[in-house]
Amino acid sequence: MTGSIKRPKTVIGLDGAAAPGVKKADPILVIDNVTRQFGGLTAVDVDHLEIPRHAITALIGPNGAGKTTLFNLLCGFDKPNSGTWAYDGTNLAGVPSFKVARMGQVRTFQLTKALSLLTVLENMKLGAPGQRGERFWTSMLPWLWRAQESEIEAKAKELLVRFKLDAKEQDYAASLSGGQRKLLDMARALMSDPNLVMLDEPMAGVNPALTQSLLDHVLDLKERGMTVLFVEHDMHMVRHIADWVVVMAEGRVVAEGPPETVMDDPAVIDAYLGAHQDVDLGVVTGRVAGELDTSAIQLLDEIEAATEAAAEGEPERRGEEEQK
Amino acid sequence: MNFLSILNDAASYLLQPTTLAFALAATGLAVHFGFTGLLNFGMAAFMALGAYGYAISIVSFGLPWWTAMLVGMLAAAVFAVVMGIPTLRLRADYLAIVTIAAAEIVRYLFLTESFTEYTAGSGGLSGYARAFIDASPLAALPSDMKIGFGPFSYTPSQLSTILFGLFMLAIAILLVWALMRSPWGRVIKGIREDEDAVRSLGKNVFAYKMQSLIIGGVIAAVGGIVWVMGSATSPGLYTTSTTFQIWTMLLLGGAATIFGPALGAVIYLVAQSFLSGLLSGMAKAGMLPFTDSQAKVLVLILLGLVLMLIVIFRPQGILGNKRELTFVK
Repeated sequence: MTGSIKRPKTVIGLDGAAAPGVKKADPILVIDNVTRQFGGLTAVDVDHLEIPRHAITALIGPNGAGKTTLFNLLCGFDKPNSGTWAYDGTNLAGVPSFKVARMGQVRTFQLTKALSLLTVLENMKLGAPGQRGERFWTSMLPWLWRAQESEIEAKAKELLVRFKLDAKEQDYAASLSGGQRKLLDMARALMSDPNLVMLDEPMAGVNPALTQSLLDHVLDLKERGMTVLFVEHDMHMVRHIADWVVVMAEGRVVAEGPPETVMDDPAVIDAYLGAHQDVDLGVVTGRVAGELDTSAIQLLDEIEAATEAAAEGEPERRGEEEQK
Repeated sequence: MNFLSILNDAASYLLQPTTLAFALAATGLAVHFGFTGLLNFGMAAFMALGAYGYAISIVSFGLPWWTAMLVGMLAAAVFAVVMGIPTLRLRADYLAIVTIAAAEIVRYLFLTESFTEYTAGSGGLSGYARAFIDASPLAALPSDMKIGFGPFSYTPSQLSTILFGLFMLAIAILLVWALMRSPWGRVIKGIREDEDAVRSLGKNVFAYKMQSLIIGGVIAAVGGIVWVMGSATSPGLYTTSTTFQIWTMLLLGGAATIFGPALGAVIYLVAQSFLSGLLSGMAKAGMLPFTDSQAKVLVLILLGLVLMLIVIFRPQGILGNKRELTFVK
C-alpha cells in the first residue's frame, strides 16, 4: 500500500541492468566523479549517479555512508574536492546554495529549521522567490510590493491548509511541535514551486501517527510533477513510497534498483539493513510472550542449523561432555 | 546640595545633541544587532567616521555643511563594506572581536600625529561649527537670545543643532520602521535566527548582511555628526566605552524595537546625569565616604551593573517582546 490511496509506482527506464551508476532514461540530476575528503577520510566518492525525473528516489545506507554529505554537496552547502553534477543540464559545481535553490532545487534539513522567532505565516512567506519587496531600495516603497505580497500570502495560506497548519498561522514557529515543524519545513520548501525536492531524513523524530500523513505529502509531490530525492533510515517508508533506491556505504554507491530487488539483495540486507531486522528478538529468545512470525521461525531454524553444524564439527568435545 | 539644579541638569539631557546622537547610534545598532543579529562592538568607529568626515571636509576642504555630511555618511558606508567583506562570514563571537579591533584602529588613525594636518590629532578638531549655524534659518536671530523655558532654553545656534538632530532622528526611525516591516526586513529577521535556512530558500545572505551593516553604520555616522556639529570633536570621544554605552542604551530600551533605542538613550543619559549630580553633591556634602571624582566613577560602575541586570533578567528591554528577543534558549 502506498499511502492511504493505492498509487502505482513509477517504472524507471534504464539503459542496461540495474547496477550502481546505470544511466536512466530521463535524469534530472547527473553526478560525475564527485569526491569529498575531510583530511584523510573520504566521505563521498561517487563515480556516476543519475537521479530519475518525476520519481521518488531513496538514498539509504548506514550512518557515516556519506548521504548527508552528498546532499550538502549537491545543494551547494559544501564544496567538493572534485567532480561535477548537472541539474537539468546546468553544471552546478561551485554554484552557491542560494543560487541552487533559485534554480528549482530545494532541500530540507535533518534538524528542522523552522524560524522560531517568526510566525508560521511569515515563515511561509519567506519561502516565496522573486519578491520585489525583498530588494533594499524597493522595500521602502510599499506600493511597489503590496500586490505581490497579497498573492504570496494567499499561496502561503493555501499550502498551510493543505498541510493542516492553517490554525497555527499567527503563532510563532517556536510553539509548534517537532512534527509540525517538519510539515512547516516541507510546506515552506514548496512555496517556490521547485522541480527537485531533496528531503534529508523527513521521518526523523516523527511520531508514527504523523508518518502516514508525511508519506501522503511526499507522494503528493510526485503527483504534482516534482522529483523527490530523500535520505531515510526507515525501511518501511522506503519500501512504501520509493520508486528507486540508491544504496551508499563508505562514500560509494554500492547498489541501485527498485526497492523490492535492492532490499532483497542479501549483501545489502546483511551489511546495511541488519540481518533479521524484522524479527523481534525478544520473542525469539523467549523473553517476551508473543507470536513467532515467518521470519522469526526462519531465524530459529537458522540458529538450530548453526548449533548442529558447530556440534558436528567438534565430536571430541561432545564425547567428553557425554562422558561427564 | 542643590537638588533643583541637579534635576534641571538631568532634565536638560532630554534634548541635548549628545542624547540625539546616541539615540541615532543606538538605532543603527538596533539594525545591526536587534534585527540582523550582527554582534557589532565597533559602533564608536562609525560615529567617529561620521564626525571626522564632516569636520575634515569643512575645515580642510571648505565644503558646504550638507556635502560634508554626505562625506561623513559615505565614509561610514565604505568602512562598513571594508570591514564586512572579510568578517561577515565569521561566527558571531569572532565578528565581535574583529569589530572591537577595527574600531580601535579607526580611533588610533584619528589620534596619531601623522595625520595632524587633517585630524589635528589628540587635540581634536574644531572651527567647523559655524558652517552649519550660519546656514540655519535661525541665524538671523541675535546670538545671545534665549528661546524656550526652564531647562530647555537654548540660544539660536544650539536650537538649530537640536532641531536638526531631532529631524534626522525622526527620519532614521521612519526608515528603520519602513524597512523592518517590509519583506526585506523579514529576510533580515530570518538571518538573525538561522542563516542556512534562509540560504536554502534562495536568498543571498551575505548581501543582506552587508546591506544591514551599511544602513546601521550610516545611521550611526549621522549620530556622530549631530554629536559634534555645534562644537568640537576629539578622538577621546570614540572609545570602546562609548560603544558599550550605546549597547546599554539599546538593550535598555529594547534591541529589536523601533522606538526602544531612542528611549533607552534618553533614559540612560538622564539617569546618568541625575546620578552623577546626586552622588557628586552627596560626596561634596560629606554624606558619602567618597570624593567628588570618585563619585563620578561610581556612577559608571552602577550603570555597568544595570547593563548586566538587563541582559540577565529582561533581555528584551523596556519595549521589547520577550518572544522575539531572548538570550535564554
